[in-house]
Amino acid sequence: MNGKQSYSRRFFLKTSGALAALAAIPASVKSLYTEVRNFIVSPRQTIPLSVTINKKALKLTVDTRTTLLDLLRENLQLTGTKKGCDHGQCGACTVHLNGERVLSCLTLAATLPGKEVTTIEGLANGDQLHPMQQAFIECDGFQCGYCTPGQIMSAVACVNEGHTGSVAEIKEFMSGNLCRCGAYNGIVASIQKVAG
Amino acid sequence: MKPFSFSKPGSLAKLMQARKDAAQFLAGGTNLVDLMKKNIAAPGALIDISTALSDKVELTGGKLRIGAMVRNSAIATNAQVISKAPLVAKAVLAGASPQIRNMASTGGNLLQRTRCPYFYDVSTPCNKRQPGTGCSALHGENRMSAIVGYNDQCVAVHPSDLCVALAALDATVNVTNAQQKQIVIPFKDFHKLPDNSPDRDNQLPANAIITSIDIPDNPFAQHHAYVKIRDRDSYAFALISVAAALHIQGGRIADVRLASGGVAHKPGAGTKQSSS
Repeated sequence: MNGKQSYSRRFFLKTSGALAALAAIPASVKSLYTEVRNFIVSPRQTIPLSVTINKKALKLTVDTRTTLLDLLRENLQLTGTKKGCDHGQCGACTVHLNGERVLSCLTLAATLPGKEVTTIEGLANGDQLHPMQQAFIECDGFQCGYCTPGQIMSAVACVNEGHTGSVAEIKEFMSGNLCRCGAYNGIVASIQKVAG
Repeated sequence: MKPFSFSKPGSLAKLMQARKDAAQFLAGGTNLVDLMKKNIAAPGALIDISTALSDKVELTGGKLRIGAMVRNSAIATNAQVISKAPLVAKAVLAGASPQIRNMASTGGNLLQRTRCPYFYDVSTPCNKRQPGTGCSALHGENRMSAIVGYNDQCVAVHPSDLCVALAALDATVNVTNAQQKQIVIPFKDFHKLPDNSPDRDNQLPANAIITSIDIPDNPFAQHHAYVKIRDRDSYAFALISVAAALHIQGGRIADVRLASGGVAHKPGAGTKQSSS
């Protein structure tokens, strides 16, 4: 009985002391933790970004690591542009930058200030589809549809560039857009239809 | 991807001031951004060089000067390139896709890394990615690897098409070094064989930058070809490619140039030049 009492008193003193010490620590521990974390994992860096997307001028703040593709899909909810391989091999993410076709997955958002982006959402004129969109519907230019936004953006540029002289030329200048369903014949027919 | 700071200096002088060891220059980004996604390149700072360097093709004293920021698609459609060095335009069009050619720069084309699958697979040894770890391709998947000039340290090939034509036409590379001095490197000396340092692709000095490429006046505009053998007809790297050019005078071959691509650590390895 006596032994148990002295043990309890010592236990109380020890634990209350430890708790008091712990209560004093957090601020310094927290700053140490932040310092160590920043040393091991460098903190994210952001920059302001002024860019025009589908004729809308936007003022944003982005992580420097953000690609145009992720900016469109994750930050701006413009999910028409698709993420296929994310490594520049499939063309599903094709958009227009200052009127030229580029891969949004390999374009850092930080490089965009002063430039104009057009995505598949910016192609139609209100409810009036772009002639290329209409042609893809009429010529069966797609099956599952996943590569289609990239195909259409690339096809519009292909016509603008004037690379529609023959089926072989169209195929060569559309080779950056893969279609795993194999809708290539319909895609070529769509481009021929628009090129006239 | 490791976080990094981003800057876009407006002049060459400011670019060179911003260049620190942890920093890397960004041009078209078609290779570097991909390497950063795979953690093969992890710069602490990116310096966008797209407005500071020339994006013009100029004819100066008979030489065709292609600015480092001229996009691949602009090379292929430039009237002066087509008349003075059409082989270069043909080689450019044999590479990549229209989207990538709209982004990729001339300087970046020279500095692009190999597409050896082991270089990109961070779970495997690779002397180019991590010196001293060994070469996985040597006894691995190597049907697209080097067939000349390789050693047991590295069998990677340089993937460029443009460079093959530049090697055939005796181009020179204009460089500004870290001390902001201009130096000229002959194209045939720019890239290197793996030797004992396969992690280094070329002889560009540390923290230096390519500002332009010069193609000398040449008699090869009339008779030339760029032939590329690959697994599919378009948008694939070469199993082998050849840039060939003839100077024909009075029905006789006065001069011939042959340069190979896709077969060595440096484009144009085994380039043959002969004069009658």
